[in-house]
Amino acid sequence: MAEQKKIQDAQKAWQETTLKKVTDRFPERKENFTTGSWNPAERVALPGDLSEEAYLSKLGFPGEFPFTRGVQPTMYRGRFWTMRQYAGFGTAEESNERYKYLLNQGQTGLSVAFDLPTQIGYDSDDSHSVGEVGKVGVAIDTLKDMELLFDGIPLDKVSTSMTINAPAAVLLAFYIAVGEKQGVSKEQLRGTIQNDILKEYIARGTYIFPPTPSIRLITNIFDYCATDVPKWNTISISGYHIREAGSTAAQEVAFTLADGIEYVRAALKAGLDVDTFAGRLSFFFNAHNDLFEEVAKYRAARRIWATVMKEQFNAKSEKSQMLRFHTQTGGSTLTAQQSDNNIVRVAIQTLAAVMGGTQSLHTNSRDEALALPTEESVRIALRTQQIVAHESGVANTVDPLAGSYYVEGLTDTIEEEAWKYLDKIEDQGGMVQAIEKGYVQKEIQDAAYRAQKEIESGEQVVVGVNKFTIDEGAPTGLLKVDPALREVQMKKLAEVKASRNQADVDRTLAVLKEGAKDVEVNLMPLIVDAARTYATLGEICNVLRDEFGEYKESIIL
Amino acid sequence: MAKTIRVLVGKPGLDGHDRGAKYVARALKDAGYEVIYTGIRQSPEAIAKTAVQEDVDFVGLSLLSGAHNELFPEVVKVLKAEGADDIIIFGGGVIPEDDIPGLNKAGVEAVFTPGTPIKDVVDFIEKNRERVEAK
Repeated sequence: MAEQKKIQDAQKAWQETTLKKVTDRFPERKENFTTGSWNPAERVALPGDLSEEAYLSKLGFPGEFPFTRGVQPTMYRGRFWTMRQYAGFGTAEESNERYKYLLNQGQTGLSVAFDLPTQIGYDSDDSHSVGEVGKVGVAIDTLKDMELLFDGIPLDKVSTSMTINAPAAVLLAFYIAVGEKQGVSKEQLRGTIQNDILKEYIARGTYIFPPTPSIRLITNIFDYCATDVPKWNTISISGYHIREAGSTAAQEVAFTLADGIEYVRAALKAGLDVDTFAGRLSFFFNAHNDLFEEVAKYRAARRIWATVMKEQFNAKSEKSQMLRFHTQTGGSTLTAQQSDNNIVRVAIQTLAAVMGGTQSLHTNSRDEALALPTEESVRIALRTQQIVAHESGVANTVDPLAGSYYVEGLTDTIEEEAWKYLDKIEDQGGMVQAIEKGYVQKEIQDAAYRAQKEIESGEQVVVGVNKFTIDEGAPTGLLKVDPALREVQMKKLAEVKASRNQADVDRTLAVLKEGAKDVEVNLMPLIVDAARTYATLGEICNVLRDEFGEYKESIIL
Repeated sequence: MAKTIRVLVGKPGLDGHDRGAKYVARALKDAGYEVIYTGIRQSPEAIAKTAVQEDVDFVGLSLLSGAHNELFPEVVKVLKAEGADDIIIFGGGVIPEDDIPGLNKAGVEAVFTPGTPIKDVVDFIEKNRERVEAK
């Protein structure tokens, strides 16, 4: 502590002499400097606790508790993060082509975007699907579409991430069945399903069932995969969408980890042993523009999760304590104006994710504030990651910003703020209650409103939007999805229905219906059975809708 | 005294991106209008019926999924069928410039794309105040 006292005295002297001389003549640009999430940005950051004990307990070494410095001891010196571009649109055949293109360009994992009907468990011929088929991702109605989607892509060679939540069990079942057809066993499959329903209620909106049966499906998947699909990441607990909805960095950490705590609790309640499933939990965060704050955010998240798992849930295995995460650059930071500027934003966000120790990364394309990205834009986005990996040098050392007084200070600040939220959520009885009350949504909305007001007033500068604007023509060369796609997809669906063995479909769906009534039954094997018979996504989800009911949004304004 | 204008902000289709819709709803409320927000995942029929029941003057539709060419005109159609063709319709979201003339023609009078300040929406409403008050 003596060292710190000396530094503080010296700082005071500096403020009264050197600093004052300058600020008297040249006031600073603003009275208050803050980070993108309104944390104070100090003029000159000072060392915090300099003791050896503080270093060892708060930072330690990468690959060891509390994992602040990273989850692997060598990080990117061993191998780079997985470069994984989220893609999918139109029909399974069109998306299959884009995947093959991306793999040829040096991408190392697939990430499947589904259209909204698929994400909400409606077939393409359902009336709810009008206008939405194939728009924000690929349309999948049956196993047949999934076979086409992965045609010529050996499932034992790639890892596949699927952004699918409410019907995650069904899409995983389709994937397992495609593997069987390719001669790849379940044990060999590698990938991730998002499977995070709580953030759907909070921010993303593709829910189907109410919380209780939804969480049952999730724990069924944990249980099934622990034995049958051991290399599968059973959930990707996502802060990405919470941040996109307008949360602060600390809220992103807190609400994501609170969701994680809820899932762990549910699995323990269902009788699972923590170390059998916790090592397969993965996370998904956003990367925004405030470089240092974002790096601090990932570091704080790792430290909190390790502590929660070790101390609250008595996880013994280090794998269970590690927070492994995927990152996507921030879609809401992209501008429709002067859209090439987005390439630069994405590069900054890529640096944040990499210096924050991400395990995989999607970089957004420059034109995503306008439409689905073109092939050229996707290539630039992927090249951005490759430049950071191979040319910038930031991947040569582990946790390169550790020891920056500013970043360590921000890490502590975000951690503290997140713990406060976690306590508040516990006080409300946990995350499900906090969501049902609208508390979480309200906190996020207030932050979103504040940010937008600051942009409107010019207090926050968005280059090309409220400053440095130009007159520009309408953007050209945007990707368009064929509006006749629903007809194509409906025709395919009708053909599958005409050629399958209907008796098998009816039988497996009836078994699923009975299973849904009994909370002791694991539904996953029953869904796999139904998937093999070419039962449609909508048919399977409707069986569950009948038994479980549907969630109704609590509207908070 | 000037009439208090009533605005319904709605999200047709399956898109869950509601940050923009909620911002517009709240900002219009702050600007002194009466605002009703439908929540996400509403059918065009449900939005049109709520608009009629609530006797609103404007309907603002938000969509970021690309289904605007199908779903916005559908709301207009149902409103017409309900005899409420005096309700003024505007929209917003990730909507390519090329699609705007078609939407205008289908009865969506203004389309606000990303980066639009809320003032533009308020100006649009105020510009149409006389039409609303003459009803």
